[in-house]
Amino acid sequence: MAERYDVVVIGAGPAGYVCAIRAAQLGLRVACIESDSYEGGFGGTCLNWGCIPAKALLESAALAHQVKSHGADMGVRPVEVEYDMAAAVERSRGIADRLTGGVQYLLKKNEVEIVQGRGRLAGKGRVAIQTEEGSQELDASHVVIATGSVMKTFPGLEFDREKVIGSREALALTELPERLVIVGAGFVGVEFADVFNAFGVEVTLIEALDTLVPLEDPEIGKALARAFKKRHIRTRIRCKVKELDRSVSPMILTVENPDGTEGIEKTDLVLMAVGRRPVTEDLGLEENGVELENGFVRIDEWCQTTAEGVYAIGDVAGEPMLAHVGSHEGIVAAEHIAGQARHPMRYDNIPSVGYCHPEIASIGLTEAKAVEAGYEVKTGKYPLTSHGRALTAGANEGFVKVVADAEYGELLGVQMIGHNVSELIAEAGLGRELETTLDEIAAHPHAHPSMAEALMQAALVALGRPIDI
Amino acid sequence: MATKVVMAQLSPTMEEGKLLEWKVQEGDSVSQGDVVAEIETDKANMDVEAMGEGVLRKILVQAGETVPVGALIGIIAAPDESIDDLLASATPATDGAPPAAPAEVAVGTETPSPAGGAATEVAQPPADGRVKASPVARRIAAESGIDLGAITGSGPGGRVVKADVEAALAGSAPAPAPTPAAGAPATPEPATPIAPAAAPATIPSAAPPPAPPAALTARVEEASQMRKAIARRLAESIGPVPHFFLTTEIDMGRALALRGELNQRWPDGKIGVNDLLLKATAEALSRHPEVNASWGGDSIVYHGSVDLGIAVAIDGGLITPVLRDASRKGLRQISLEARALIERARARDLAPEEYQGSTFSVSNLGMYEIDQFTAIINPPESGILAVGATIEKPVVVDGEVVVRKRMRVTMSCDHRVVDGATGASFLGTFKAMLENPLEMIL
Repeated sequence: MAERYDVVVIGAGPAGYVCAIRAAQLGLRVACIESDSYEGGFGGTCLNWGCIPAKALLESAALAHQVKSHGADMGVRPVEVEYDMAAAVERSRGIADRLTGGVQYLLKKNEVEIVQGRGRLAGKGRVAIQTEEGSQELDASHVVIATGSVMKTFPGLEFDREKVIGSREALALTELPERLVIVGAGFVGVEFADVFNAFGVEVTLIEALDTLVPLEDPEIGKALARAFKKRHIRTRIRCKVKELDRSVSPMILTVENPDGTEGIEKTDLVLMAVGRRPVTEDLGLEENGVELENGFVRIDEWCQTTAEGVYAIGDVAGEPMLAHVGSHEGIVAAEHIAGQARHPMRYDNIPSVGYCHPEIASIGLTEAKAVEAGYEVKTGKYPLTSHGRALTAGANEGFVKVVADAEYGELLGVQMIGHNVSELIAEAGLGRELETTLDEIAAHPHAHPSMAEALMQAALVALGRPIDI
Repeated sequence: MATKVVMAQLSPTMEEGKLLEWKVQEGDSVSQGDVVAEIETDKANMDVEAMGEGVLRKILVQAGETVPVGALIGIIAAPDESIDDLLASATPATDGAPPAAPAEVAVGTETPSPAGGAATEVAQPPADGRVKASPVARRIAAESGIDLGAITGSGPGGRVVKADVEAALAGSAPAPAPTPAAGAPATPEPATPIAPAAAPATIPSAAPPPAPPAALTARVEEASQMRKAIARRLAESIGPVPHFFLTTEIDMGRALALRGELNQRWPDGKIGVNDLLLKATAEALSRHPEVNASWGGDSIVYHGSVDLGIAVAIDGGLITPVLRDASRKGLRQISLEARALIERARARDLAPEEYQGSTFSVSNLGMYEIDQFTAIINPPESGILAVGATIEKPVVVDGEVVVRKRMRVTMSCDHRVVDGATGASFLGTFKAMLENPLEMIL
């Protein structure tokens, strides 16, 4: 007789483990299945080989950059910087290990049954698990697919994990190349450009679209390109990668220029940062009635798939592939399963953050998107050039821009690039959650001096009564 | 097709209603428009009419029970039709009511529920009078002249969010809902700024009453910034309607003499002091249109007719039947109509349109031997006259102490609309009318 569970979650990443814990809190009997995959493990890609270790390396990079650029004028000597990538990686791994251990602790604390192995749907209400000891089956009233995603690449630039790598390998790279080409200037690409540049690598960033971070407001990409140029990060936009000759040293990468001509890049290492694809293979999805859409599992606003009793959350369930989206979907799915649904998923208020320096953060509609949606738009852009807190931090690049509905002043979106803006976006997000208008942001006495004042100043600009500009 | 019988919202302030009597019994056939039940609202006793044909299959709320507006109280359907779904959706009534749905119907809802119990955060109107609403919802409501308190909030804890206000706008007013997809919306004009919204769109209502005839709006004038600031500051200081009070004493000698003469010439009727007061008020209002007005959020609404509310004490409360278009009526007509309205008010027999939509009110406590008092304004009116008893007292006339019949009147003014000098000028006209009564019958 197979063990019987109310919920079996396949995958213990930021979506799966949160879902399992929430379901257990609601009194359900829960099992969570995790295999030690190359990019995953307990805590998923995020904690093991994504957000968390990357941010640890970015802190090393920021420190290196800060000492190198500002040590002398800030009165901190000696300012001769020696780089030890191995030490930086070791610290990064230590933080990742600590957090992934924490995930297992939390699952156990909430009495979630942890099963090591690979799970797959095996008929209605059944999950088969392949473990080291053999296979077993669980009875599951509900199954939650939370298998995440893996790095993807182009034909001809297949990963060999030595010369052509992805984020997974880049996070464990202890020996630095002289030259590095990063393909793709989304957040992953620009964050690694930041890290390896700070550690003395000659970095070239290649992007096929019109700007760096092309999903953001174009002004953000342009501001980042200016900041990167000052740091001698080469950026090539509107360029397509054609082929790579790995047989020579340095390798030769053929690139199609914006005008259609071909050029080459000599490089010791290629880092592919062109996105991720969902893990849907070998899960028994199609044969159990779970439909896919553009490669992702198709879900409704309660994260239900097309198969009764089967839910999907996180990267496997579609864009945006962000840890905080997956975690939230996990909670929505768990509460729906428990019959205690509070609110469906909505995707119009998801913060998006890049941890390069200067940092990038945005939420809601850009000016162009708001106009497209039919709003009469009012914007306010506040540059950080003379912002007190930014100057004291030695980082006065960037701006904060607010987009509001001209009629009622509703905050529609915020785009920011600058020092510590990753921490400013929460105010904008909560404000939008509460349907705030520019008036409330302008009326709140923001602490002085703080980066957060920049949001207030931007609101004042939009209202036509700026003070510090 | 089954038809629900629900506790309809029969007045803007009605939140719950008491079922007084079922006029038909379970199993009886009914036609559309038949009176099926009588309910008691906060203002009057009203009939509930059937909105469809069939048999009254189920009575869910018994006589004597009080249920919130919108609650299902009965079901009309064909004799053999299944009404299980409707029963399952019934809101449980108050104590003593039969269970709204058999237990087996509640199971097997959309959500597979091993733990059972769908979480429902039912939006309840706040007990403390504070309306929870988002800043955007507040702004849209204010600019559209919608009462936030009349909207059911769909946000956490019943918070009114943008979508709720937009839905109310779309449902209650011809003004387009300001959805971004519709392009830049025109500034929404309140459809009937003075009339309280008859029935908020979010509250289902089986038999919506005819909208009370709103006072004709002559014009809406955008308020100046100074006027808005005065409105806001004064309102903050005293509450939603910033009151101030003006008192004057009126010599009633001539008015009472005239009344005597008139009554001698009209043996079939009797003109009361109250009728003279109504006539004087109506005349004064027609000469001071700035007082016959309402605060509209960001504007002042000037009414095109003088619709006088007459405060009438009734058992357990107070109601203000409306004497329509009073400034265009003679004393005799005012007397007849006022008498009929007051009698019907005391019998609790007024239809909503007979006690809604007044533009100014008169409250007379003279018969209770009250010398002087202040009355609270009945929003959205901008004023009310509180009339005391007429008493004989010594006054100085031309240096001589003489005995005269004197009456004290206190006018309560909404300071957002009426300033001290405006109110004083109106009250001066009112006083002159009564002291020289030929003025008002001219």
